[in-house]
Amino acid sequence: MQRELLKFALFAALVLVAAPLYFQGGYILNVLVFVGINTMLAIGLNLLLGFAGQISLGQAAFYGLGAYISAILTTTHGFNPWLAMIFAALAVGALAFVIGFPILKLKGHYLAMATLGFGIIVYIVINEYVDLTGGPSGFPGIPNLSIGSISFDSDMKNYYLIWVATLGVMLLAINLTRSRIGRALRAIHDSEVAAQVLGINARLLKVQIFACSAMISSLAGSLYAHYITFVSPSTFGFHFSVELLTMVVIGGLGSIYGSFLGAALITLLPEFLRAFHDYDIIFYGALLMIMTIFLPGGLIQGGTLVWNYLRNTLGGKGGADA
Amino acid sequence: MELLKLKNINTYYNAVHALKNVSLHLGRGEIVTLIGANGAGKTTLLNTLSAVTPARTGEILYDQQRIEGCEPERIVELGISQVPEGRQVFKPLTVEDNLELGAYLRFRRRESRKVIRADLEEMYLLFPRLRERRKQLAGTLSGGEQQMLAIGRALMAKPKVLLLDEPSMGLAPLVVQEIFGVIAALCRDKGTSILLVEQNAKAALKLADRGYVLETGKVILSGVASELLDNPEVQRAYLGKEKKEIWEN
Repeated sequence: MQRELLKFALFAALVLVAAPLYFQGGYILNVLVFVGINTMLAIGLNLLLGFAGQISLGQAAFYGLGAYISAILTTTHGFNPWLAMIFAALAVGALAFVIGFPILKLKGHYLAMATLGFGIIVYIVINEYVDLTGGPSGFPGIPNLSIGSISFDSDMKNYYLIWVATLGVMLLAINLTRSRIGRALRAIHDSEVAAQVLGINARLLKVQIFACSAMISSLAGSLYAHYITFVSPSTFGFHFSVELLTMVVIGGLGSIYGSFLGAALITLLPEFLRAFHDYDIIFYGALLMIMTIFLPGGLIQGGTLVWNYLRNTLGGKGGADA
Repeated sequence: MELLKLKNINTYYNAVHALKNVSLHLGRGEIVTLIGANGAGKTTLLNTLSAVTPARTGEILYDQQRIEGCEPERIVELGISQVPEGRQVFKPLTVEDNLELGAYLRFRRRESRKVIRADLEEMYLLFPRLRERRKQLAGTLSGGEQQMLAIGRALMAKPKVLLLDEPSMGLAPLVVQEIFGVIAALCRDKGTSILLVEQNAKAALKLADRGYVLETGKVILSGVASELLDNPEVQRAYLGKEKKEIWEN
């Protein structure tokens, strides 16, 4: 745990100090804020998929619900944004808890279908309930978050705000996965029957982690809404659920830092591929294919391989430590 | 004194009637074996006891209490642990993590870590090879070691009744002997009652006090183990002896 905390502190320092020093502002900072939001979402899904082994193709719906609840409560009803954010997370968590009991009885493809269906229902409701959500043309005029007289109205301020939240979620996830509950989740993943006959309440634990994952998504949604100040349904469609799934798998199932790597890659890749103009989607697809073939354990596996190689060769030359 | 008693248990998988009016009992400190061919319902019976596939009708009495409506969690809490079929150790976790998961409910009940730690040490005494490999991932163990781990994991819950589902499956004869030796010792030294499901009928009947023969979901024979061993029907069906051989004896 000591080493784990050190690793986390190093990562946090890199993100909070080094990155903003290097990127003073502009477009790239905006992209990095999205890396933060997507990292949070990917970690939420990874807890469910990578640890408990339960798939969800409806994560974008929880993300969208968080964003819209925050938007409607603050803009239409004049709630305090922080209060709205907490309310949204609790409401989305409660909803996930309730639908989780019937849905998580399903396994594999059937679970994927059920969560997909849930995602589509939420998307349609957001799209069609024009009086409440503004419908397809979106919901404008959401206030920025603020503490006292400081309003989080610039990319730089939001960068700090969102990354602090993401790091918080990250620390929570690291703690959770290294606890007794984390081991029980991985046990369920490996064999539900074996877990049950040891007295692990698999059904309840799956629902709890599903709700937890939904709350993290909702929190990310609220932060997104207050950062962009405008939300529209297309952000929260099925394709985004798939994108999140890609982040988690490409990053490395069951690895918290892997989720960061996956989120960073999938968020940044389109920016780098812009040079290929109309052909970017081909390169994007090809790159994902190559990575899944050669790095089935995800980017984190690649990172570990490189790290071990470097340590061995450098250590070999120095000849000091073995 | 009967510790566990099943009365007219009927279990279904949707429309499939897997257990038909099964009745059996297990005494304190007794080893009882359940033998039968593939698909006879042996695993279903254990899973019915563990409440993973609950019975549709019938009664299960444990220590004079009805337990057939309990959740799987409660069954473990009451002292009935199962070593599932095919071992099912948690492969991506270390040996020690696997063992600690066996004490999941005890951790949740806030039992002292010291006591649990001492039990862990006891498992390492029982299976010294697990100690050597305690930081290794369970998936990298040999079949015999995985079986030992699965048994150790179930014992970490401190059961009064241990349900074993084909512990000899796919193992070398010497390893089977070692594992059966441990089972006998558990019963003798700790007084743990054991319900042993086996396809290896000969080894199981030699170890057990009594036995039941299960065929297509029904108990067709039961009795003292040594008598079952000599029963011509059992010899023909489960011990691989031809009719001719039996007559010639």
